[in-house]
Amino acid sequence: METKYNDIIFKEKVVSLFEQNRAQIGANDTTRMSKERDVAFKQFKKVGFPNKKMEAWRNTNLKDVFAYNYNIQFSPADEKPELIEAFQCNIHNFDTQTITLYNGWYLSEDKHLITLPNGTIIGSLAQAIKEYPELVQKHYNKYTNIEENGLIALNTAFSQDGIFIYVPDNVKTYKTIQMVNILDKEDNLFIQNRNLIIVGKNAKLTILHCDDSYNYSRSFTNTVTEVFIDEGAEVDHYKLQNLNDNSTLINTTYFHQELQSKLTTNSITLNGGLIRNKINVVLNGEGGEANVFGVYLVDKEQHIDSQVFVDHAKANCNSDELFKGIIDDNATAVFNGHILVRKDSQHTNASQTNRNVQLTDKATVYTKPFLEIYADDVKCNHGATIGQLDEEALFYIKSRGIGDYDARLLLLYAFAAEVINKISIATLRESIDDLVKKRLRGELAICDQCVLQCKDQENTYEFKIDISKI
Amino acid sequence: MLKIKNLHVSINGKQILRGLNLEVNRGEVHAIMGPNGTGKSTLANVIAGKPGYHIDKGEIIFKGKNILELPPEVRAQEGIFLGFQYPVEIPGVSMTNFMRTAVNEHRKYKGLDPMPAGEFLKLMKEKQQLVEIHAKLTNRSVNEGFSGGEKKKNEIFQMAMLEPELAILDETDSGLDIDALKIVANGVNKLKTKDNATIVITHYQRLLDYIVPDFVHILFDGKIVKSGGKELALILEEKGYEWIKDESPN
Repeated sequence: METKYNDIIFKEKVVSLFEQNRAQIGANDTTRMSKERDVAFKQFKKVGFPNKKMEAWRNTNLKDVFAYNYNIQFSPADEKPELIEAFQCNIHNFDTQTITLYNGWYLSEDKHLITLPNGTIIGSLAQAIKEYPELVQKHYNKYTNIEENGLIALNTAFSQDGIFIYVPDNVKTYKTIQMVNILDKEDNLFIQNRNLIIVGKNAKLTILHCDDSYNYSRSFTNTVTEVFIDEGAEVDHYKLQNLNDNSTLINTTYFHQELQSKLTTNSITLNGGLIRNKINVVLNGEGGEANVFGVYLVDKEQHIDSQVFVDHAKANCNSDELFKGIIDDNATAVFNGHILVRKDSQHTNASQTNRNVQLTDKATVYTKPFLEIYADDVKCNHGATIGQLDEEALFYIKSRGIGDYDARLLLLYAFAAEVINKISIATLRESIDDLVKKRLRGELAICDQCVLQCKDQENTYEFKIDISKI
Repeated sequence: MLKIKNLHVSINGKQILRGLNLEVNRGEVHAIMGPNGTGKSTLANVIAGKPGYHIDKGEIIFKGKNILELPPEVRAQEGIFLGFQYPVEIPGVSMTNFMRTAVNEHRKYKGLDPMPAGEFLKLMKEKQQLVEIHAKLTNRSVNEGFSGGEKKKNEIFQMAMLEPELAILDETDSGLDIDALKIVANGVNKLKTKDNATIVITHYQRLLDYIVPDFVHILFDGKIVKSGGKELALILEEKGYEWIKDESPN
């Protein structure tokens, strides 16, 4: 008798769903996009979902994710959240332009695409394909690699909507654009949204990308984001993740940087069932700078996987990677850093650091720094540590009359703060700082960071790292 | 105030202190001198409650209580302060936050409410002047990137903030130039009252020109082998530690 594995069953399901709904899925496609969709689908059919036999997925097993059944929506649901008016950022004194994806679909009351006074266009990708096909087509699917893994191919085959942002040349958007993905569905959802961000020459953009759960339902999100950063442009990108323990989020971002552009991306993971943040950066012009930071706080059975690939494709670029994590209970953290310095990329400056505090014997950390260097005149370093809190520092703090619990809290907070302090917007930094403190004290609830201001939620759901265990 | 009786301490099975006796009263300044590796820092650490030491025998009585079972934070709240030989850098923890937490923990122990923010900042400012610390330092992370001199000044600043009854200064003079040494010593002298006591641990006589001790003890081979007045330090300076080795019965 043949036993079918869950991932095979799920693969067959999505394959047949694609074939049945092909027309609806590609309703807005340009000819090129439609072709690429079919190519991507073929690729997915060939390779299927990633599995543990693949080097990049050795420590992240999706097996348990496929043990559940998921539904796919091929059109936005009719029902809208009741609290649509309440959609606003709860970071005080922080002026943002908020755009929302609701279960993967762009949510708005009327217009699906807004043009700001400075010419910046923000809104739904599906709408952008209709209104600006040339612009979208110039960048869409140009920076992804569908051969990277089956999920990238699958997203490319299935994607229908997502966030679109276009900042014209020389436009500096000082107002932060906040992209919020809200998951709110009683039944299990499989969501594959696709975001495209185009930042013109010498333009500036700050984006805050939030992934929030609204309830405790199971979900599987496979997001692909492409960010094109043209010559001399500057992008500040923050990812804030506070999902329930039943959510799986595979987040793949491709940053493509041209001459003298600057990128800072910071992934802050406060909670989530299984989260994989794959960050690809291509430094495709001289004088480029990429700062890739992250901090993760995980406990219970949670799993966080940070994968960073920085391609120094041109000479005279700098990249700086710093990921720090606190791992409690039976949680697992994976870090894979890969810096590629190509043959002609002389005078590359690259640094890669991953530090972990492991709070229990059952917490697991896999960290693999990796440098691949073909140029001979470069400065590269890497370092990875897994450890406990510094006993000397603990004694120093206690010798001043501060008790054990507070001393550990101070040190853990300080450990995470190195990454938090790199957030350049003061109000955002303070808010995230506060969230991290709450998380460490076990006072963070699922609602704390969510943009929906529904404080009367029945369930209080708290995330707790137990400091007494170290 | 402090009575140490027949204290035997070992670390990883190796005996460090072998029957040490010491009595310190309020209003007194004691200097403990001795060659390297004779147990000076061990003594300081054991009084402050650093983990990792094994007390084989003896007791430490502070204000009538045996403190050996107390965790370091409670010893601090009881009024013991250790000035570290190598102050630890704690990136990410600001001096202000660190001191506010420490001061308020001391107050909580005494049953007092936390100090209001304005009052705290005023106190910080006042105590900074004592050791000529600039405001800049207090905005930084604890000891991070501080020079050797700044770290030692910072120890005395923390001592001033916490107003201990017993301060133990472990090699506070090491790595200081003469100007910094004077500032540190001056700070310690200003903090001296008839109700508190100081134990100065040092390898050299130099510091004792500025902090004048009432008693000098020579620690050798885990025991106090000689005690005397401040003149003992001068004899030691002149004759060197070889003299003690020759005098020592072992």
